[in-house]
Amino acid sequence: MPIPVLMPALSPTMTEGKLAKWHVKVGDAVKAGQVICEIETDKATMEVEAVDDGTVARILIEEGIEGVKVNTPILVLAAEGESVADAAKAAPAAVAPAAEAPKAEAPAAAKAAPVAAAAPVSAAPAAEPEWTGKTTHMTVREALRDAMAEEMRRDGSVFLMGEEVAQYQGAYKVSQGLLEEFGAKRVIDTPITEHGFAGLGVGAAFGGLKPIVEFMTFNFAMQAMDQIINSAAKTHYMSGGQMTSPIVFRGPNGAAARVGAQHSQCYASWYAHVPGLRVLAPWSAADAKGLLKAAIRDPNPVIFLENEILYGQSFDVPEDPDFVLPIGRAKIERPGKDVTITAFSIMVGKALAAAEELAKQGIDAEVINLRSLRPFDTETIVNSVKKTNRLVSVEEGWAFAGIGSELAAQMMEQAFDWLDAPVKRVHGADVPLPYAANLEKMALPQPGNIVEAAREVCNR
Amino acid sequence: MAKPATKPKVEPSPAKPTASTKPPGTGDNSVTADQLKSFYHDMLLIRRFEERAGQLYGMGLIGGFCHLYIGQEAVVVGMQSTVKLGDAIITSYRDHGHMLAAGMDPKGVMAELTGRASGYSKGKGGSMHMFSREKHFYGGHGIVGAQVPIGTGLAFAHKYNGKDNVSLTYFGDGSANQGQVYEAMNMAALWKLPAVYIIENNRYGMGTSVERASAVTELYRHGESFGIPGERVDGMDVVAVKAAGEKAVEHARNGGPYILEMQTYRYRGHSMSDPAKYRTKEEVDKYRNERDPIDHVRKTLLDEKMTDEAALKAVDAEMRKIVNDAAEFAQHSPEPDPSELWADVLVGA
Repeated sequence: MPIPVLMPALSPTMTEGKLAKWHVKVGDAVKAGQVICEIETDKATMEVEAVDDGTVARILIEEGIEGVKVNTPILVLAAEGESVADAAKAAPAAVAPAAEAPKAEAPAAAKAAPVAAAAPVSAAPAAEPEWTGKTTHMTVREALRDAMAEEMRRDGSVFLMGEEVAQYQGAYKVSQGLLEEFGAKRVIDTPITEHGFAGLGVGAAFGGLKPIVEFMTFNFAMQAMDQIINSAAKTHYMSGGQMTSPIVFRGPNGAAARVGAQHSQCYASWYAHVPGLRVLAPWSAADAKGLLKAAIRDPNPVIFLENEILYGQSFDVPEDPDFVLPIGRAKIERPGKDVTITAFSIMVGKALAAAEELAKQGIDAEVINLRSLRPFDTETIVNSVKKTNRLVSVEEGWAFAGIGSELAAQMMEQAFDWLDAPVKRVHGADVPLPYAANLEKMALPQPGNIVEAAREVCNR
Repeated sequence: MAKPATKPKVEPSPAKPTASTKPPGTGDNSVTADQLKSFYHDMLLIRRFEERAGQLYGMGLIGGFCHLYIGQEAVVVGMQSTVKLGDAIITSYRDHGHMLAAGMDPKGVMAELTGRASGYSKGKGGSMHMFSREKHFYGGHGIVGAQVPIGTGLAFAHKYNGKDNVSLTYFGDGSANQGQVYEAMNMAALWKLPAVYIIENNRYGMGTSVERASAVTELYRHGESFGIPGERVDGMDVVAVKAAGEKAVEHARNGGPYILEMQTYRYRGHSMSDPAKYRTKEEVDKYRNERDPIDHVRKTLLDEKMTDEAALKAVDAEMRKIVNDAAEFAQHSPEPDPSELWADVLVGA
């Protein structure tokens, strides 16, 4: 069989090119790998190599022809033992300069698959059971520690790594006592190399372990973001479901107190943007314990956004050893009928304080603790808006492309007819967080700002 | 200059980076006829597969980026002869050769290249993103250097689980300048992880030569500040690779990382769309004509009368058939079902 050589695509976007120069002529013996011609594209002139051995039987596209479509036959090789004359006869007619190059049919692979119009609606997460048993009053810090300790007792493949998590007992004392209980094999101090240890954690997860990677703060995780997103979040999909990375990235997120712009940033919307991640932001100690346990058990990469100021705050936590919260469920912290206020992490406390103040002014606010930012519990918020017809979104981070922006868009799509006022966003000032006490306070949402926003949407 | 056909020697390291560096050449330089024939077979499979991939790319059946391994076959084939069941392999985006050497099915690899449902990633990963849990092949990574911390994490998992497996992390001379590579090496040395780092120095990170990118061009010395022993190996000589690999793998299995700098050469451009104007044709031809790893083994097999022309021709025909079948399969497999667009974003969701 004569071997046709087709006009090759030399880049992902090339559709046609110029046959700039032939390096072979009829009768030449050609070896695989030998340069046979030069082709000029809009970007470069490239050499084309033969793929098969053979003898040049016929040149179909002469030198100098432009606009030769990809996949057009350009040359015919006689295979080993074949006569050049026979092979030439079998070839299609040659194209001389100035003639239009024959149009090659687009290969089947180039045809786009039909794209479904919208993502399928994912199954609703399990509802949260009522936890009615005994509770213990404990700090968020203790709740996080207990969640890790319980999961490490339950599953030998769970380990904790990060800066100062072992001997120092945690930069914020969240891992207190874990080294003593689980030993240096499972509670591991890392060098200060976020990019490296985040990637190492992803590799350990690919290898079957369940790492908890603590970032001293999420500000430093920016150095590790490539591994979190490109390696942890995308690989399950890119591998067609073969590879999993059951890993938790946790640590304090957002502003602490007067630590300046580089140490005070909310990353909620950054991570919530990414398919393949789960993003959780607990407020209370019960959230912290129930969600961290769920995060460690989840087979996906989870971003777990804590808050330094909340670490020392105390809440009631169910004592039930099976206490775990569902991922993807918001919680109504305070029922109300006049306005819905959504918040996450430390802003839940501010929203509740605002609700108390609003009650004094005769406005009954419903406060929703979002807890899970991806997946996002749109259903609970829509149901609340159907009741209150007004919505205020509170977040500590910047407004532009923030969680509040996403929430507003979702309400436009799913609750438009129930809204009596535009959704109002309360958020951090659109500046790098300043150091001065007065300026910092002005830059972060305060209960007063929330009260003001709620009154505005209630026309009061 | 062509290398001598028999008993190739590992090139001695000009400097001994650390006291723990063993004298060079303590790996097994001997090779049986069967081993050599198997190397020939495996390298030829990669060569023919890559040539066909280039051809399918030219036909528009493979899209996007496609980085061919032609010229570098001896590195992965020699290294794979030194591993045992359960050892992990991870590499960059120039990964087709590694997958074939790891025993992955050429049909599944080629079908992934053409973006079909029967590809290793169901058509959703492409050339740079393929995996096989069964063959302990962990990708296929598109971000330069990102596979190095991940490969180190695989070594960490082996150690954590008390297994005596190692991880082989392949990366190029370009990656060798990435910060995360050194972060990973530090932890591997600190925690004595069973990691072998194989730097495939093909002399160009895309279009930039090693001399223009690395202050210290002896890449095997790049672990010195962490006390990681390293050596430079003739990566065009599969037997030299095997000998050095055995030593490195044994070192890692006993606890602690090791660096092998494979001096190799890619014949094709960085990717299919690279005209490769940064090097001379003479340079490429010199490697092709004088240093080709497959020709080298072929010559040894014939000179030493381990086989004959007819037998080698049969191997060639067999490889062509495997590759033809793979190409046929890859062109005729269906595209992924539209429902695949939404599948596998999360586990269990």
